[in-house]
Amino acid sequence: MTQLTAIGLTIGKRLRDVDVEIEPGHITAICGPNGAGKSTLLTALAGLLVPDSGQVGIDGTDIAAMHPRTRAQRIGYLPQDGEAAWDVAVRSLVALGRMPHGDDGAEAVEKALAALDLVPLATRPISKLSGGEKARALLARVLAGEPEWLLADEPLAALDIGHQLTLLRHLRQVADGGAGVVLVLHDLSLAMNHADHVVVLDQGKLIASGSPEAALSETVIANVWGVATKWIGEAGGRALIIQ
Amino acid sequence: MTRPIPILLILIAIAFPLSLLAGRVWLDFGVTPNAAIILAELRLPRSVLALIIGAGLGAAGSAMQGYLRNPLADPGLFGIAPMAALGAVASFWFGYSASAWLLPLFALIGAGAGMALLALIAGRTGGIALFTLAGLMIASLAGTLTSLAISMAPNAFAMSEIVTWLMGALTDRSWREIWIAAPLTLAGIACLLMTGRGLDALTLGDAAARSLGMRPGILQAWLIAGVGLTVGSGVAVAGIVGFVGLIVPHLVRPFTDRRPSQLILPSALAGALLVLAADSVVRILPLVTELRLGIALSLIGAPFFLLLLLRMRRGLL
Repeated sequence: MTQLTAIGLTIGKRLRDVDVEIEPGHITAICGPNGAGKSTLLTALAGLLVPDSGQVGIDGTDIAAMHPRTRAQRIGYLPQDGEAAWDVAVRSLVALGRMPHGDDGAEAVEKALAALDLVPLATRPISKLSGGEKARALLARVLAGEPEWLLADEPLAALDIGHQLTLLRHLRQVADGGAGVVLVLHDLSLAMNHADHVVVLDQGKLIASGSPEAALSETVIANVWGVATKWIGEAGGRALIIQ
Repeated sequence: MTRPIPILLILIAIAFPLSLLAGRVWLDFGVTPNAAIILAELRLPRSVLALIIGAGLGAAGSAMQGYLRNPLADPGLFGIAPMAALGAVASFWFGYSASAWLLPLFALIGAGAGMALLALIAGRTGGIALFTLAGLMIASLAGTLTSLAISMAPNAFAMSEIVTWLMGALTDRSWREIWIAAPLTLAGIACLLMTGRGLDALTLGDAAARSLGMRPGILQAWLIAGVGLTVGSGVAVAGIVGFVGLIVPHLVRPFTDRRPSQLILPSALAGALLVLAADSVVRILPLVTELRLGIALSLIGAPFFLLLLLRMRRGLL
């Protein structure tokens, strides 16, 4: 089975000897307090940071040894502040996702637009989009590249709860389609309810990795975030109560 | 979506013959003595050179704005134009400027040194911030050395020559300047066209662009070569002609889909048209001495720049 793995990943003091395995068809959430190294890990998994030691690999092949274009065809990355410099139309923005393939991939672009309900907005300049529409357009850009691995840095951060759930539904569809989805998430309830696997980091070290229930247990939250909490509710609809 | 290239080509096709006739004396083949010689040896090279220089500056400006993701970027920012000017000033200083080939050669050496310095300082990492700072440092250094050369000019004549030349003009240029500038500018524009896809990717920011397979070092190398060749050869034959690279991409952008790759060629054509028109206007203005092209374009450019800043403040860009 294809796996995206980090083995013994060390990047300065930001990440220290971190091992993670990302499964295809799953949503993996990376959680941790500010400065834990979440974005660093995600950027390294995307092949955009050179580790001091350790490696990131797909099926054991070091992605640092891959041609940037090959790597880009397999791994899609959505940075946190995905502002576009120029006021391009939504379709042009989404079509940028085809760049690693060197084609216009019209079919993939239309599919990505349709998947995120952007067809009616395809010709609209991005400056005329709402925050939620813009977040969908930026995600569609990554989907248009049809990556095997989709890595997104806090894609839900600027969205209201309705748009958060819409985007999560889209990301679930991507995972159901066979891609491995990795999200940096601040909101522990969203990670608990929507991820299949959770990785918890603190001060650059891996603290927990496993099912949401195990990795985000009340004990882990108390140790890492220093807050006494309690989960209430049923699986899939849990809420975190601060005690 | 309007396609600007055919429209710009038509406008150039109209403006070019008019520019050949325009001047202190309007050419009338029936009346003007030596009209054919004036046309072939003075007007034609001057107009062709205006097209070449304008095309280079326009293309360089659009690529620079795409690279820095900033609509206020200008080719002068990378320090290549000031370095070319420094090279030319050195040729005046050492008294080589009387030779028709040495002045542009010195300017090209200056531009080449600027390109090499940029590549040396910023090229290893491919980082945009370091690149910009390196460019500003080179521009500042070249400007200072130019001022030093002016202040220590061997005689008043050399000083006057330097200052006048720095203002930029196409007066009394010949086919020789075209043979110098045309191949270098065309090669430069070709290099800039190679940056198109990388610049499109940069629309999304540096990290997203790299995740799309954009290689920063290679993009930067094409950009340095492209800006160096276009701007360097422009300065070598015409002195400093400012603001074209800043203004032109703005005029063209609304007529494209705003992707940087789609802007390079139209900006080259619009730059050619702007410099041709501006040079024709300075020729027919009823002044005692001809207004220098560089000054004329700065007179248009400075208020335009201010307008841009005000529009940006209102978020209209």
